Amino acid sequence: MKTLPAVDVLIVGGGWTGLLMAKELGSRTPLSVLVLERGPVHSPDEYVKEMDELDGAIRKRSNVKVQDCSKETATLRRSESERALPLRELGLLIPGTGIGGAGEHWGATAYRIMPDCFQLLSKTIEKYGAKRLPEDHSIQDWGLTYDEMEPYYTRAENLIGASGKAGNIQGKLIEGGNIFEGWRSGEYPTPPTTTPYFSSLFRDAVKSVGYHPYPAPTATLSEAHTNPDGISRPGCTFCGYCNMFGCMIGAKAQPTNVLLPVIKRHNNVSIRTGAWVRRILREDSPSKGRVRGVTYVDASGEEFFQPAELVVLATWTLNNTRLLLLSGIGEPYNPATGKGNVGRNLTADLKFAAARVLMEKPLNRFMGSAPTGIYIGDLEGGVLDNTNLPFLRGGLLRALNTGFQPIASFGAILPRSAKGRWGAEWKKAAVYWYDRMHDIRWDGEVFAYKGNYMDLDPTYKDVHGDPLIRMTMDWRDNERRMAEFGTAKGVEVARLMGAKEIIPFGGLGHFDANPYVVTQLRGGTVMGASPDNSVVNPFLQHHQALNLFVLGSSVIPQAPTARPTLSLIAMTIRVADAIVDKYLKKPGPLA
Amino acid sequence: MRRRHFLTVSAATLGGLLVYSLDGKVFRISTEDKPVRIPLRFFDEEEARIVAAATERIFPSDETGPGAKEAGVVIFIDRQLAGPYGIDRYRYTQGPFETGSADLGYQGKESPSEVYREGLKNLKGFDRLEPAEQDEKLKQIESTHFFELLRRHTIEGMFCDPMHGGNIDMVGWQMVGFPGPQMSYRDAVGKHFGEAYRPKPASLLQVTGIKVRPSEDEK
Repeated sequence: MKTLPAVDVLIVGGGWTGLLMAKELGSRTPLSVLVLERGPVHSPDEYVKEMDELDGAIRKRSNVKVQDCSKETATLRRSESERALPLRELGLLIPGTGIGGAGEHWGATAYRIMPDCFQLLSKTIEKYGAKRLPEDHSIQDWGLTYDEMEPYYTRAENLIGASGKAGNIQGKLIEGGNIFEGWRSGEYPTPPTTTPYFSSLFRDAVKSVGYHPYPAPTATLSEAHTNPDGISRPGCTFCGYCNMFGCMIGAKAQPTNVLLPVIKRHNNVSIRTGAWVRRILREDSPSKGRVRGVTYVDASGEEFFQPAELVVLATWTLNNTRLLLLSGIGEPYNPATGKGNVGRNLTADLKFAAARVLMEKPLNRFMGSAPTGIYIGDLEGGVLDNTNLPFLRGGLLRALNTGFQPIASFGAILPRSAKGRWGAEWKKAAVYWYDRMHDIRWDGEVFAYKGNYMDLDPTYKDVHGDPLIRMTMDWRDNERRMAEFGTAKGVEVARLMGAKEIIPFGGLGHFDANPYVVTQLRGGTVMGASPDNSVVNPFLQHHQALNLFVLGSSVIPQAPTARPTLSLIAMTIRVADAIVDKYLKKPGPLA
Repeated sequence: MRRRHFLTVSAATLGGLLVYSLDGKVFRISTEDKPVRIPLRFFDEEEARIVAAATERIFPSDETGPGAKEAGVVIFIDRQLAGPYGIDRYRYTQGPFETGSADLGYQGKESPSEVYREGLKNLKGFDRLEPAEQDEKLKQIESTHFFELLRRHTIEGMFCDPMHGGNIDMVGWQMVGFPGPQMSYRDAVGKHFGEAYRPKPASLLQVTGIKVRPSEDEK
């Protein structure tokens, strides 16, 4: 194996967090920074050529922005008694690949995590007592508070030009914004996006019964904006090609439009694509407290050793966990004994259509953008009073105008009277209701449980012969009962909206590989104040290997309602500050 | 090299005015024209006739609007099955192949093209049956993976961008009021509440002026 010249900082993964760390260190230090990314370079200038539902969203082959699962996928089982089988097609997860990663095809929701989620264990016990917690939970505090995060959220929102309406500026509540949110130091950089028709019906209905609707915070710009790095982007045109697509005009914040142009200004940063990292190497004893670089295979199949002083692992939830397990760094989690932390606390979002509705009037559903819509925060964990409810925490009820496309949505919601799944009668109903169907969605908070975790699959391998990651994951009664509650609320609002027919969510069974749930699974390398229950400290520094940092959803100990991306951008800025201001001056544990 | 197969169609058999884009060529036939021979990439002629007939029962042309035959669904499916999707180039196909809960997704070894080739063996002569007999036959296979693919691909062929060979003349998009990849609804998104807003559909080629290579043409 050929050894390459050493670099100061090696970043594995070229998505949101990896490229952001490259931008921060590249622009603020003279260090040599190298990003290794296994996918290709994308051409955001050509995203307009990819506005094709079949190749973009169904086959997922446009510009190769998603992981080629013929080379690597994950396996899933719902319990230890089930045989784990590989996810043979992308469905449950849509991992990104190439420069920008999943940040190119993401849905661009830019929502802050609610303050008490950072101290979920202690706040829940404080409010309801330890006895209310499910016996097999493994939730924990993060070792980081919302107040510590606030300045970084502000910087993250300025970076992406987030659009929204503040509901709490330094403790002052503001009608029209989310009055339940954590305090903010100021207003959003840009105003909220236009509210389309269906979302406006939802807004009026929830308001009439005393809820507090507010416009969804988005990383897709409502109007032109220039960020502190001098990056200018235009406002959204509501073309509807967001989820699974790169934005044709760059209104959606993507690593290739807000980070890459800044990185290119700095000669000390280089990016190497087609580099598939297989192992992180530890120093030989006696200094086991360090890593010394990585090995990777390039596109031609040749393997290299790339030495580095500092390694940043930024390869998304499953791969972060997998690389630590493959490299033998840290103790793998053992659900039987509770020992070890690598792989622990795998969580996913609980999101579903609480009420699918058929409306009398046409909705013009093709207009929209992925994150655009109206939310209510009244039922969120920490806001909702769980005293007399059969579950803990809560979720977000929302109506979105994502911009609907015909292959995925033709016939998706039909009245009960429509019989069959093909033929003349089915077609007639599906055509009539095509632009009259919509849904009200529930996004719930999900606890971590002792039995939900990741390890290396004993059977299935990737293209290089390395074991795939195995997910053991299922819902519990807390989620099932919350789903019933969210469904009832969705149905109630649908009635107020004058729906002609309402199809309630059918209930939560087992974790399922078929529908798209969320790419941003959480856990596996979780953060915490103590090495006893975490892999990284609150500065995302590995507890034992002090020159290894881990960025991405894998550090989040359980799943809050908020999608993680904005929080991960904020955390990455915080870690970059700590590296520049503290670690480089005095390498050692950050606290 | 397989023997070249063609699907012979006439405007009379498929009804009305058609536009077929064949290997990059676009042309129209009308009832006065002679039948057209469309080169097939995957199906043989008999298979293509069966698929054309079956997809037409799944998505019939009737008073609601055009169906699979006007949209060219069989041509769409033929190209998909001959391309990377049809041969599972991007699916995880390492064994062992085990049957598990349907919740874990399709676990079969067979690629879509193999599923069709096998499934079509059970539909021999299908195109020569009466519509009611055809429906009966489809009901018998309704719960198979083959039928699931056939149904899914019929919807795809009805509503894909015309560059993929289906949705000819955007007949599917016109029927449901989908305008295609438009550049901006900025002035419209906050208006037209409660009324149908129906911009004239345009294909990706028409909107951008750029000829894009569809994934099925990937070498």
